[in-house]
Amino acid sequence: MERMMSNKAVVALYVWPALALVLVLIYVPIVLTGYYGLMKWDGIGRMEFVGLDQYARLIRDPLFWNSAYHSFLLAVFSTAALFLYLGVALVLASRIRGANLFRKIYLIPMLLSSVAIAQLWLKVYHPSNGILNRLLESLGVARTPDWLADPDIVLYAVFAPILWQYAGFYILIYYTALKNIPSDLLEAARIDGANAWQTAIRIRIPLIAEVFKVTVVLAVVGSLKYFDLIYVMTDGGPNGASEVMASYMYRKAFRGFDFGYGSAIAFFLLLICLAATWAIRKSTASRDTVQYS
Amino acid sequence: MVRLAARSLFYLILTAVAVLQLLPLVWLLLFSLKNSQEVFELPPFALPTEPRWENYWKVWTKGNIRVYFLNSVWITAASVVLTVLLAGLATFALTRMRWKLRPLALGLFMVGMMIPVHSTLIPLFGLFSRIGLKDNPLSLVLSYTAFNLPVTVLIFLGFYMRLPRELEESAVIDGCSVHRLFFRIIFPITASVTTTAAIINMIYNWNEFIFVNTFISSDHWKTLTVGIQNFTGQYMRDWGAIGATLMISILPVLVAYFALSEKIVEGMTAGSIKG
Repeated sequence: MERMMSNKAVVALYVWPALALVLVLIYVPIVLTGYYGLMKWDGIGRMEFVGLDQYARLIRDPLFWNSAYHSFLLAVFSTAALFLYLGVALVLASRIRGANLFRKIYLIPMLLSSVAIAQLWLKVYHPSNGILNRLLESLGVARTPDWLADPDIVLYAVFAPILWQYAGFYILIYYTALKNIPSDLLEAARIDGANAWQTAIRIRIPLIAEVFKVTVVLAVVGSLKYFDLIYVMTDGGPNGASEVMASYMYRKAFRGFDFGYGSAIAFFLLLICLAATWAIRKSTASRDTVQYS
Repeated sequence: MVRLAARSLFYLILTAVAVLQLLPLVWLLLFSLKNSQEVFELPPFALPTEPRWENYWKVWTKGNIRVYFLNSVWITAASVVLTVLLAGLATFALTRMRWKLRPLALGLFMVGMMIPVHSTLIPLFGLFSRIGLKDNPLSLVLSYTAFNLPVTVLIFLGFYMRLPRELEESAVIDGCSVHRLFFRIIFPITASVTTTAAIINMIYNWNEFIFVNTFISSDHWKTLTVGIQNFTGQYMRDWGAIGATLMISILPVLVAYFALSEKIVEGMTAGSIKG
């Protein structure tokens, strides 16, 4: 038995196919992205080594910082929205009849493709025929906005469906965590005379702090690298008003054939995502977590 | 009295959120069944005088939606089968077998989940161009498999670790080989978690956009996500046709959700770390 379960040939046969795919299609490209970022390359001709020039260019590129600012704003909005989702989850976890059905309904947008959702919200925002402006008109608003063409509004207009799509996902995670709290803890609190509000603030929320921390990382990193829905809805427009880092990278590399610069942005994006993960974990780890024993 | 008011408020909040989540989709269903005149003249949530199923028929028979749909089906299916099989084998070796580099291999799978797809896109594009897989659906199957392997291993991990040791012992006593042990015993008794992983993979692959958009250029290999993108540009003013196309593209996932919602909820929670 010992021999059979530590047979090297079998281990290799079982692990290598999966590991090779992950190494070749995830890890090698990451290293290559870092390498290409040091090059000047149009994707076809010869690469020319330019050292850190692409990064110097990145630091001076106002269009890049414009897109980075938008990605950062999305991270702020997504994180703020987590508190709303947590609120809904707390309500949902308070012995609600039909909680399971609510939870399932909330998750539906999360299961659909970003492209379908983007196409649908293009219609929602349609200036004359979308439900949003139809609703405003019926309320008597004379000058309804052109949501996706107005550079002052467009960014928030593309954020809304992103927050809408992910709502059910975060509510589900919080709800599951809340339901895993041992019921004797809540029972004890109730006997001690704690009301629902006190139980939520003093017991439920501290007990799912770990889960909340994970969702903050998810929301921030997910926002920083966000691409799909914005690319489909506005392609970063009008005139860069809704550009984010990933869509800017995509434009530079696959439209402008500036693969060296595109790679520098892509590598920077990776570093920012890893740094954000690290920073959030670090800044929240030191705080004492409440112990209940 | 206060309690009753609070409870009512709770239900009100939850219902409002449910309406918010569903309303755009209900509106989509409604305009997919209207003709252009009804879309532009009736109130948004009014029913059409009669459901215009011909919208669905039109987009299914004219244009490429059928091609995109079938591509989505087989590319998704091939990737799901490959991912679940390879992840099962790897997880078996990672949890049940003893070898020196096991922690390293496990670490590589887990860290792989944190790497943004966008940061790999340019080299992948270069790689597939060089080995002649550009504009070839194999590039999609391989990428989907690679990028979903980590989360699939994660979903399998806990389940495989909890399998009783006696399974292997009795298999050895019966003179069963490792392969027989895996394919005849382990794989069948993990059917439940395998279903969870498969359905989650199906949803990820069905909805994938950026790889198709980057690697595939000819119409006859495109999948639905990129296909409907082109299609809606082409039928700008025909809302009924666009609605029908979007409905067709989301229907398989919705049907899967109605049939297997518990599994999907479970998989979504388990796979929540995936980026």
